[in-house]
Amino acid sequence: MKTLQNFFLSISILGVISCDAQDHGPAISTPKILDYSYEIISDSIDIPWGLSMLSATDFLVTEKAGTMYHIVDGVKTIVKGLPPVYVRGQGGLLDVAHSPDYNEDGLIYFTTSSPLGEEKGGHTALYSAQLKNDSLINTSLLYKGDFNTKKGQHWGSRIAFDEEGHVFFSIGDRGNREVNPQDITRDGGKIYRLNRDGSIPSNNPFIDNENSRKAIYSYGHRNPQGMITHPETGEIWVHEHGPRGGDEINIIKPGKNYGWPIITYGINYSGTPITDQTKKEGMEQPLYYWLPSIAPSGMAFSTSDIYPKWKGNLFVGSLRFEYLERLELKNNTVVKREKVLDSIGRVRNIEQGPDGYLYLGVEGKGIVKIIPKS
Amino acid sequence: MKGISLFLIGSFTGLSLFLYQQKPLAQSIADGEEIYIDFCMQCHMTNGEGVPGTFPPLANSDYLPDINKTIYALKFGLKGPITVNGKAYNSVMASQGLDDEEIADVMNYILRNWGNETEEVITEEKVASVQK
Repeated sequence: MKTLQNFFLSISILGVISCDAQDHGPAISTPKILDYSYEIISDSIDIPWGLSMLSATDFLVTEKAGTMYHIVDGVKTIVKGLPPVYVRGQGGLLDVAHSPDYNEDGLIYFTTSSPLGEEKGGHTALYSAQLKNDSLINTSLLYKGDFNTKKGQHWGSRIAFDEEGHVFFSIGDRGNREVNPQDITRDGGKIYRLNRDGSIPSNNPFIDNENSRKAIYSYGHRNPQGMITHPETGEIWVHEHGPRGGDEINIIKPGKNYGWPIITYGINYSGTPITDQTKKEGMEQPLYYWLPSIAPSGMAFSTSDIYPKWKGNLFVGSLRFEYLERLELKNNTVVKREKVLDSIGRVRNIEQGPDGYLYLGVEGKGIVKIIPKS
Repeated sequence: MKGISLFLIGSFTGLSLFLYQQKPLAQSIADGEEIYIDFCMQCHMTNGEGVPGTFPPLANSDYLPDINKTIYALKFGLKGPITVNGKAYNSVMASQGLDDEEIADVMNYILRNWGNETEEVITEEKVASVQK
């Protein structure tokens, strides 16, 4: 009897494993001929979480442990005057981005795990500030999630802008998936939209809902760490870390529910199921999900003529497999996936600079520029 | 005078014991498991098997028995080349921001699981004694 039980147990475990092991969508390929190489333009940065290219020779990097660097012509200076950073688990100093009107307003935006507030622990905060002589001035706290928790997981967080004067950012579910993502009266597991001065847009989707967090733009997210404004449609594209086998790409629409943890294509790290549902009425389906999970971080479209063959492609860093992933899309369907810079290290971030080059933040390496071979 | 000194010594010892009051090992291991799931499992995996080539295993690990080195890595982070069970790793483990009690707990859990064995009970005091 025991043997029989074990047999059935093995079968069911096999079932779980096999659904995890099967690739979904186009298999990732490795290019046969590499017509590009790379150059490290700034080294000695352990975990370059965020990157903001002000110009080809002037950029900001946030290091997770709590340091912001300003790098000009290869010289790295530590930016002074940072607000408190709560380094805990996956949290620390997170993303940095500059205003689309940086040349006029000089504003930078950054997110950090923050200990501010009554309760112990921390939550994700969004700030804006200006840079003067490598110090932050006019620092303004635009949003701080609550309630604080000592959990180390799922802080989000990426920053993006649309052309209508809004700033978007993400906060992960903060390690409380049963409570946060589906509750719009609580922070965590959300994409947020604010005016660039931190005020709440009057047409935000939950502005009239009693007790809701008015800054919420969409909900039902797990841990979004990639966000980019589509260069043609202006839509906000986000990817998020799923559980095992549930990493997703979504196009964010106001007021929509992206399903976590009610629906997911993933399972627990331990192999046990989270839910048997992958679809549900009233919940959005991802544009794409990765199986197996790549642990996506950072997101960019290539729109320049620097890499003609890559024009219009989407680029996503893989923490788990240590490459940059190039995705070709046709009518919002992923038709091809390719490894760029295979084995380079844990790719934390990817950005297209104002000069059209692609720049990566790679753990243990620093900031890397992709150079096409002529 | 002697009485006062003894009293002072006694109070001080009592206070130290109070400050470093050790929680029962079973409780420390249980708390350590929670810390493991929250902070460590994502990279070192459910059964401490790690990820070949990227994240070293904690299961049957020949690296962990050097207690001070392990405490140091948990407190201050670890980067650069290391060898675990004969295999080379070269990655970055950031400090997770755990306090001394949490580090003691998670070590008591890890050192008694997945083929690791130890008689040693890691205390908050022991973790506090490891300095940069």
